[in-house]
Amino acid sequence: MNQWKNFSKGFFKENAVFTLLLGMCPTLGVTSSAINGLGMGLATTFVLVMANLVISLIKDFIPEKVRIPAFIVVIATFVTIVEMLMQAYTPALYESLGLFIPLIVVNCIVLGRAEAFASKNSVGASIVDGLGMGLGFAMALTMLGSVRELLGSGKLFNVSIYPEDYGMLVFVLAPGAFIALGYMIAIIDKMKKA
Amino acid sequence: MATIESSLKNMLLTLLIITAIAGTSLGFVYKLTEKPIAEAKARKQQEAIKQVVPEFTNNPADEAIVVTSPEGLPIKLFPAKKDGKLVGVAVETVSNKGFAGNVSIMVGFKPDGTIINYQVLEHKETPGLGTKMDKWFKTDKGHQSILGKNPGSYNLTVTKDGGQVDAITAATISSRAFLDAVRIGYKSFMENKSKLEEGGAQ
Repeated sequence: MNQWKNFSKGFFKENAVFTLLLGMCPTLGVTSSAINGLGMGLATTFVLVMANLVISLIKDFIPEKVRIPAFIVVIATFVTIVEMLMQAYTPALYESLGLFIPLIVVNCIVLGRAEAFASKNSVGASIVDGLGMGLGFAMALTMLGSVRELLGSGKLFNVSIYPEDYGMLVFVLAPGAFIALGYMIAIIDKMKKA
Repeated sequence: MATIESSLKNMLLTLLIITAIAGTSLGFVYKLTEKPIAEAKARKQQEAIKQVVPEFTNNPADEAIVVTSPEGLPIKLFPAKKDGKLVGVAVETVSNKGFAGNVSIMVGFKPDGTIINYQVLEHKETPGLGTKMDKWFKTDKGHQSILGKNPGSYNLTVTKDGGQVDAITAATISSRAFLDAVRIGYKSFMENKSKLEEGGAQ
């Protein structure tokens, strides 16, 4: 497969959030601000790339019947590493993402890519795939976070755009996440058909 | 995919090797990040203490006293001293009466019990409503502000409950929890005041 195509599919054609509708739990949970979305996206990207790399390396040594437990152990290891690193070097972000970092383990995008791609392809292609899918996920989360932060609290990346009192509170809360995500999926769907 | 047969021996061996490698690398990263994590936590605590008490020369974290609140939660008292004299106490206090879980705050008291300042440390209150507590009780408007008040003489409960403090609009429960935490902090401070002052003489 063409490497560029392999990389870019994660952004649009097979975007985890907008097209595949995978990983909805962190998508709806953490995107109350753009910076949270970006942080979560990048953490997931790191896990995706590392898990894809290791799984494509060891795929030939794993008996088929235990491949899922083996994959989960690899993924969980990298998630825990990310968690500890974030706690040490970005404590503020770690606190605002909270429970959602350990939950990357059960994010279906990560296991999905391991099972559907890394276990069948070469190391190089798997890294590119992980990077593309991860950055596509980060892009989607940042977009959703920006929209919600702007409409809900009048800020963008913590920079005040208009007074917070005029913000629509619902967009910071969970229902606003569903509303914003719904409209974004509709717009992207329309663009894809055009 | 699999070039190795799924026999019991192979499966056990593979999982054993993978988990062993995973465990080792996790232990390594843990050792690596242990110090930075502890430092980040200590720095955050230090920052919060600095915000709520006057200038001090000792290390409040070293002389901290930990007591248990009536709700069974730990309350930490950090004495701030300048040249051995108590100038204020930062109390890390917590209430479990929040709208969603515990509300944890750092309150600074003068030695006579007057509130100097406070800082919200951790809570899970509703964004846009309960979260306003970080500024609300500092704003000098109506009966919102608790700064400069002494819980010994000032009734630190919301007006709805017969107190003297205006609750956050549409977040009375969060306000109650916040004030509850302040009162618990004040009480623990008063009960341990002599101990906190003593610490400096040593």
